[in-house]
Amino acid sequence: MNTKRKKRLLAIVLLVAGVSIAAYLALQSFNENLMYFYSPSDIKAGKAPTNHLFRVGGLVENNSLIRQEDSLMLKFRVTDQAEAISVQYTGILPDLFREGQGIIARGKLNKNGLFIAEEVLAKHDENYMPPEVADSLKMHNKAQ
Amino acid sequence: MIANIGQYSLIFALLMAIYQAVIPMFCSFKAQHAGMASARYLASGQFVFLCIAFACLMYAFLTNDFSIKYVASTSNRSLPLIYKISGVWGAHEGSLLLWALILSLWTVAVCLFSRDLPQVYIARVISVMGFISIGFLVFLLLLSNPFETLPFIPDDGRSLNPLLQDPGLAIHPPMLYMGYVGFSVAFAFAIAALIAGKVDRLWVSWVRPWTNAAWSFLTVGIALGSWWAYYELGWGGWWFWDPVENASLLPWLVGIALMHSLVVTEKRDAFKAWTVLLAIFSFSLSLLGTFLVRSGVLTSVHAFATDPARGLYILVFLLIVVGSSLLLYAWRSPSLKSTAGFSLLSRETGLLLNNVFLLTITACVLLGTLYPLILDALNAGKISVGPPYFNTVIVPLALGMFLIMSVGLAVRWKNDSFSRLFSSLKLLILLALISGLVLPALWLTPFNLYSSIGLSLASLIALVAITTAYKYKTKPLASVWGGSIAHIGMAITIAGISITGVYSSEKDIKLNFGDSYVMNDYSFKFIGVSQQQRANYRADIGLLEVSKDGHLITLMKPEKRLYDSKSESMTEAAIDAGFFRDLFVALGEPLSANSWSLRIYHKPFIRWIWLGALLMALGAALAVTGKRYSNRVTHEK
Repeated sequence: MNTKRKKRLLAIVLLVAGVSIAAYLALQSFNENLMYFYSPSDIKAGKAPTNHLFRVGGLVENNSLIRQEDSLMLKFRVTDQAEAISVQYTGILPDLFREGQGIIARGKLNKNGLFIAEEVLAKHDENYMPPEVADSLKMHNKAQ
Repeated sequence: MIANIGQYSLIFALLMAIYQAVIPMFCSFKAQHAGMASARYLASGQFVFLCIAFACLMYAFLTNDFSIKYVASTSNRSLPLIYKISGVWGAHEGSLLLWALILSLWTVAVCLFSRDLPQVYIARVISVMGFISIGFLVFLLLLSNPFETLPFIPDDGRSLNPLLQDPGLAIHPPMLYMGYVGFSVAFAFAIAALIAGKVDRLWVSWVRPWTNAAWSFLTVGIALGSWWAYYELGWGGWWFWDPVENASLLPWLVGIALMHSLVVTEKRDAFKAWTVLLAIFSFSLSLLGTFLVRSGVLTSVHAFATDPARGLYILVFLLIVVGSSLLLYAWRSPSLKSTAGFSLLSRETGLLLNNVFLLTITACVLLGTLYPLILDALNAGKISVGPPYFNTVIVPLALGMFLIMSVGLAVRWKNDSFSRLFSSLKLLILLALISGLVLPALWLTPFNLYSSIGLSLASLIALVAITTAYKYKTKPLASVWGGSIAHIGMAITIAGISITGVYSSEKDIKLNFGDSYVMNDYSFKFIGVSQQQRANYRADIGLLEVSKDGHLITLMKPEKRLYDSKSESMTEAAIDAGFFRDLFVALGEPLSANSWSLRIYHKPFIRWIWLGALLMALGAALAVTGKRYSNRVTHEK
């Protein structure tokens, strides 16, 4: 094998090695950062993980929003019309958050079954329902 | 009436597009000159009819013609004039009409600026663009007709989403589309090259300006979108890894790869098949972006279409375009042999690595964007991939790419030696390390490794780019200077990201009237909130006094708007912009009679991100004007 070929081979080996390391790291991080979506009924049925981030979605139950006096902590309940779950959040709610609206919250479930949200999303259109929420509502309406 | 004119114009445009697609292509194989020459006239004809259709829609918006469904659902009488104009492309149907119009505009531009090209070639290029146009015009007429009328005429329309009532966003879609659609030119040239079975320097000199121009527009479009999200969505970030943002990032990344691969093909006659493949990819990803945004498969602020037939149509169209071009590629690319060799340390290797990094990043972004959609389509669960994934994967890859990018411009073509490279760069490397490590240590605390590496690399990229441009100071070449300016722009963006990503301060807080909050030497005093009725909304306007070292710097007035036509509220953040830092205040909600929740940010160097992007776009645009390739090549012949 002449030097030119050797060099080319070396280059290719380095390239393949680099790409596979990158691919491995990417997939690793991909797996760690996947977030599943669960409806309140799923969570009540014990399908949701307890120490991994996931998303929950549904309608904000009427008259369920409670604010704490001197901090930005608040609690509300999210329902899929069959089951409901309490969500705790600290911070500013999005503009379109209101009772009766469809929302999605991202966070973790604590031991007492309280969902600690890191982020609450409401979509920017009054007619718009997050597809996940729409599907899970449809499913539970059918089941009833 | 106006709806009918618009409708018929669209049908005529479609007829023109069909002729434009079929006749020149057919005649190019039969060497029939009249047929090939008709391409230019048909393209111009199509453009005229699309202009008429677009003008009709614009007229309908300006005259409040609510008999047209699209107008009634996106405009109303109290909407300010500028948003009536931008409302034309503010929702699904109109934005697709704009897409078709811009495609036609690019086609006409190709006709105008390619008079020196062989007739066979130009006929095929215009024909390919005609085929793409057919796809979009049929889609417009059958599934998203902007001229569909209502059986009754409502008194007033619904409203344009208040979020979209913003000057930055009025020009964001046209810019983005100019970029997306601009890649269709490179795509059409790639298909023509495959048909001819030949890629040479002359071909590159035809394609390069179009690619640079498209990429330049796309860069401006993306930067505008990012800037808009920053001040309008009220989250204070500049990139959210939202699927729609990613959709625009994908062709942008492959566009960079294409521009650099074209350089290798032009200079060294290498990477030929690869360049053609990248041209196909960049436009395919533009189509994919359109599909993702317009099909309603995404949960996003941008997604408005929800009709499943639309999604299916675009998906099938995408498959036809990508499938047929890849088939053609598989069949014809073996004839595109590259002969030039190069050693391990050479500019070619640098550009090869640039392409590898860019495509790896593209693949990672694509995976994170498409995987949730595919899983959902297979009913295998609903998942989402959060920003942490993108950040952990993209940041190290990007740093690797920046390293190659920084020294790349200084490496010689074909063969170089480490000792020469090191001796020519050692001073610059030293300077870069000083600016990346020592300077921040003085006023950026605490020390952060990523930020420091980012700043060092940004400095090195800028320094190498400046010295490269300086070498050509006596005979400035548009392409070299354009490239240098684009690299300097990238360096500025990297510096901005490195600092703002690490040293930003953010706080959500409850403040009573009269209370103050201190963040990084800036004291924010919350004076109060007043109410005001404006043209088409009512606003709660907060007032904050911002002072530093006891001196009043500025008054900030964040707003909470309630639009008349909708029952929703909108946050309008107050931003005190500066070259070295932004102060950002947004109103949350009233918590009691005299207290509100507030969001306060201090964002150092965030402007640099968009400033750099504008420089990148400027550099690419400057390179378009470079005439030297075609001239030199013609000389050689």
